[in-house]
Amino acid sequence: MTASSDDVRELERVTIRFAGDSGDGSQLAGQQFTNTAAIFGNDVSTVPDYPAEIRAPAGSLPGVSSFQVSFSSHQIYTPGDSPNLLVAMNPAALKTNLQDLPKGGTVVANSDEFTEANLSKANYETNPLEDDSLAGYRVIRVPITSLNAHALKDSGLSNTQIDRSKNMFALGLMFWLYERSLEPTLRWIDAKFSKNPQVAEANANTLKAGFNFGDTAELFPVHYRVPKANLKPGHYRTITGNEATALGFLAVAELSKLQLFYASYPITPASDILSELARFKRFGVKTMQSEDELAAIGAAIGAAFGGSLGLTGTSGPGLALKSEAIGLAVMTELPVVIASVQRAGPSTGMPTKTEQTDLLQAMFGRNGESPVAIVAPATPADCFAMAIEAFRIALLHMVPTIFLSDSYLGSGSEPWRIPDVDGLPQIDVTFATDAKGFQPYARDEKTLARPWAVPGTPGLEHRIGGLEKLDGAGTVSYTAENHERMVYLRTEKVARIVNDIPDVEVQGNETGELLVLGWGSTYGAITSAVQRAQAEGLSVSSAHLRHLNPFPGNLGDVLSRFDRVLVPEMNLGQLRMLIRARYLVDAAGFNRVTGRPLKTGEIVERIHALVQRKVNVVA
Amino acid sequence: MTAPQPLPALSRKDFVTDQEVRWCPGCGDYSILAQTQKLMPELNIPQEQIVFISGIGCSSRLPYYMNTYGFHSIHGRAPTIATGLKASRPELSVWVVTGDGDALSIGGNHLIHAMRRNIDLVIVLFNNRIYGLTKGQYSPTSEQGKVTKTSPLGSIDYPINACSLALGANATFVARSIATDTHHLISTLERASQHKGTSFVEVFQNCNVFNDGAFDSFADKAVRPDRTVLLEHGKPLVYGKENNRGIRLNGTVAEVVETGNGVSEADLLIHDEKMDDPTIASILARMEYPEHPVPLGVLRAFERPSYDELMEEQIKDAVAEQGEGDLATLFSEGDTWVVE
Repeated sequence: MTASSDDVRELERVTIRFAGDSGDGSQLAGQQFTNTAAIFGNDVSTVPDYPAEIRAPAGSLPGVSSFQVSFSSHQIYTPGDSPNLLVAMNPAALKTNLQDLPKGGTVVANSDEFTEANLSKANYETNPLEDDSLAGYRVIRVPITSLNAHALKDSGLSNTQIDRSKNMFALGLMFWLYERSLEPTLRWIDAKFSKNPQVAEANANTLKAGFNFGDTAELFPVHYRVPKANLKPGHYRTITGNEATALGFLAVAELSKLQLFYASYPITPASDILSELARFKRFGVKTMQSEDELAAIGAAIGAAFGGSLGLTGTSGPGLALKSEAIGLAVMTELPVVIASVQRAGPSTGMPTKTEQTDLLQAMFGRNGESPVAIVAPATPADCFAMAIEAFRIALLHMVPTIFLSDSYLGSGSEPWRIPDVDGLPQIDVTFATDAKGFQPYARDEKTLARPWAVPGTPGLEHRIGGLEKLDGAGTVSYTAENHERMVYLRTEKVARIVNDIPDVEVQGNETGELLVLGWGSTYGAITSAVQRAQAEGLSVSSAHLRHLNPFPGNLGDVLSRFDRVLVPEMNLGQLRMLIRARYLVDAAGFNRVTGRPLKTGEIVERIHALVQRKVNVVA
Repeated sequence: MTAPQPLPALSRKDFVTDQEVRWCPGCGDYSILAQTQKLMPELNIPQEQIVFISGIGCSSRLPYYMNTYGFHSIHGRAPTIATGLKASRPELSVWVVTGDGDALSIGGNHLIHAMRRNIDLVIVLFNNRIYGLTKGQYSPTSEQGKVTKTSPLGSIDYPINACSLALGANATFVARSIATDTHHLISTLERASQHKGTSFVEVFQNCNVFNDGAFDSFADKAVRPDRTVLLEHGKPLVYGKENNRGIRLNGTVAEVVETGNGVSEADLLIHDEKMDDPTIASILARMEYPEHPVPLGVLRAFERPSYDELMEEQIKDAVAEQGEGDLATLFSEGDTWVVE
């Protein structure tokens, strides 16, 4: 089943986008392609894009769902600014995605679906496959619907069921085009449809039919090969950010020997964390689907009061609802972790689209002086490490901690080097037990953390709550001096976390003309852009913050070693505002709020506008 | 596990804190606090295993005065914190102290969901039909027409009946008492504490500053026998100074009848708190003075597994079926590959 070697061209990196109606299975096809490429040994990075509606009207523009996967023979940091190839399963998919395909790119169009009715739903007056509107693109027309139907005519399935398999035909065709094995997907089909062998067989058959069609139809003059990437040795799997988040929190339970209690109210794009953790009952994890966001954090606070790992998860609107209770956790100094997977706002905004617009909400979105610790993962796999980090900080410092992910990280995926469980950091937790001289608001000399004294401990009975606490005794106090002292103590406690977190690292020269500073999911685009600029000889370095409050101790020093600082963000300059306020640095911004990840190319352009000087590049 | 140690005998004093009680002199809350402190030693639960959790309002200051673990939280959220604590630590005895504003207005949602889940909590709702801490605004249990600072022409809100709501949420234990009847109150609280699952107790409690005499029309000692009816499981609904009045069920209507004159006790409704169907309990809960005597006592008490129990069971079952979880195995779930 391989074409002759003359027909193969080797590429370093390919980005393809599967696009179709939300019922067409583009997500699934994309995930299978990703997995297969990863297993082969490519580096991979993905980004899904799907509508908030579960099923918008079939064939309509709002109903289009897509999945972009980039796979490469070298390390990559993003799913690619734009695809090289677009699979368009219907006219609406072509219409909504063509703008991202550069001229010269390839369109594989399911020509069967370019009917008058579908063209009209996509607002096409004439058929783009037949007029000259696609001039400059390579257009491959494949009657996917009918080829799939033909392949499965003897399957015994209904027409609707048969039609549902056409994504597998398209996937098979892509596997042929990029010389990929069908085996991982065939295994997946067997497992997925183990209870329905008829459907399993049909999916396998049409997958093979798609592959064979590529081999025999001579639609493509060549097919392509992207060799293995040179990744760090180890045992790998692909993982999405939300999966990694759930696994990280689960790991904390083992590392701290505490029970994990997760309470959450379903909200896009954070719901996956709840459904993942709900699968882990055999680990002793307790999960609760609460009646609302307020109840979810209330339950997490109650669990933390009881000595468990109190955890809640949400997205922007839910974080807003939780803010009063986060203040309670600040006042009661309980180690609650709030995982927030940001999405485009304000209000309900665009639930399935990404943004970084909740940094200031996380920092300041509460009444009173109410500091919390904030961490942010940089990549999907990094969600694992930062989930552990969030609890490590919360437990060591007895402080509520916000884990700030986003939709792009949560639903994006990349290879994850599976860690050695024994090599993960131990988290030592000590409960107070000594009744002699016990004070619920006594302070650890080093961290200023208060003791964690949990119900069930004889002799330590005490009362906590949202009213101001008397320093030490923890009883209610309304005196002026005490309140001011407590406000400073809580602030200083969070500030001292700095002694316990790593310095921010500079990628590139330690001094120079421009530092590109980022946080969260822009890591990939910033790293790619800065590497490109560095290769051009520009005096540019990058640094990425995974600790947002407090900032790493060396950040001020790092900023001072560059002439200019550029902060690209998917917001209107929230980190930039904090940096300017804290360090009096005249940082410039690059800010987009499109609901989509930043592109490497646009950051490079911004760098070009700021930097002219070349440096001597040491290879 | 070592053999259980006999508990040291505790007294009411052991449950008193050094905090000065700051309710207004004459407040009905003092009585509820006293009965609660008196009850604690009877429960035979180690002091450190008891937790009182409250929201905001006059009633919600109670945890400061109970020498147990306590959490004075934020407005309306006490059931959520109590739920998280009980679900994660089922061995604890967790009490929620709340008021009519805290439980039925700002925290109404949480109250409903705690009860429908049947999490093993005792929820004591101090109902004084007014907002006291904020100085006298009408509450969700204030009668329509109530004149307060925020309703100078009388409140246009229809009031909510707390026990009806609890029955609607299918709470497994629903009872009502009054702060001025200390004997009834402590015995009701004791029964609530013995019940496994959510125990909801509404306590009529007088706010002598902002709503003085709110319950006098039926709860004043002089008229109480004629205007309230005590619910006792298995017994007919008889009341009155002379024990000559009763409640007879005519279809879905609760009729007030006088015994004698052809009506005997056998015609009266026999209270059955364990009925599967909550309809009769709901009919009783809706009885209000002056049309009816106000029912006091346990409206409903039935058993079903509690949320905290079910949560533990699922974990046990998962471990039994799948074995204890192993992180390394989980991490390597699905397709993996090795880079040399």
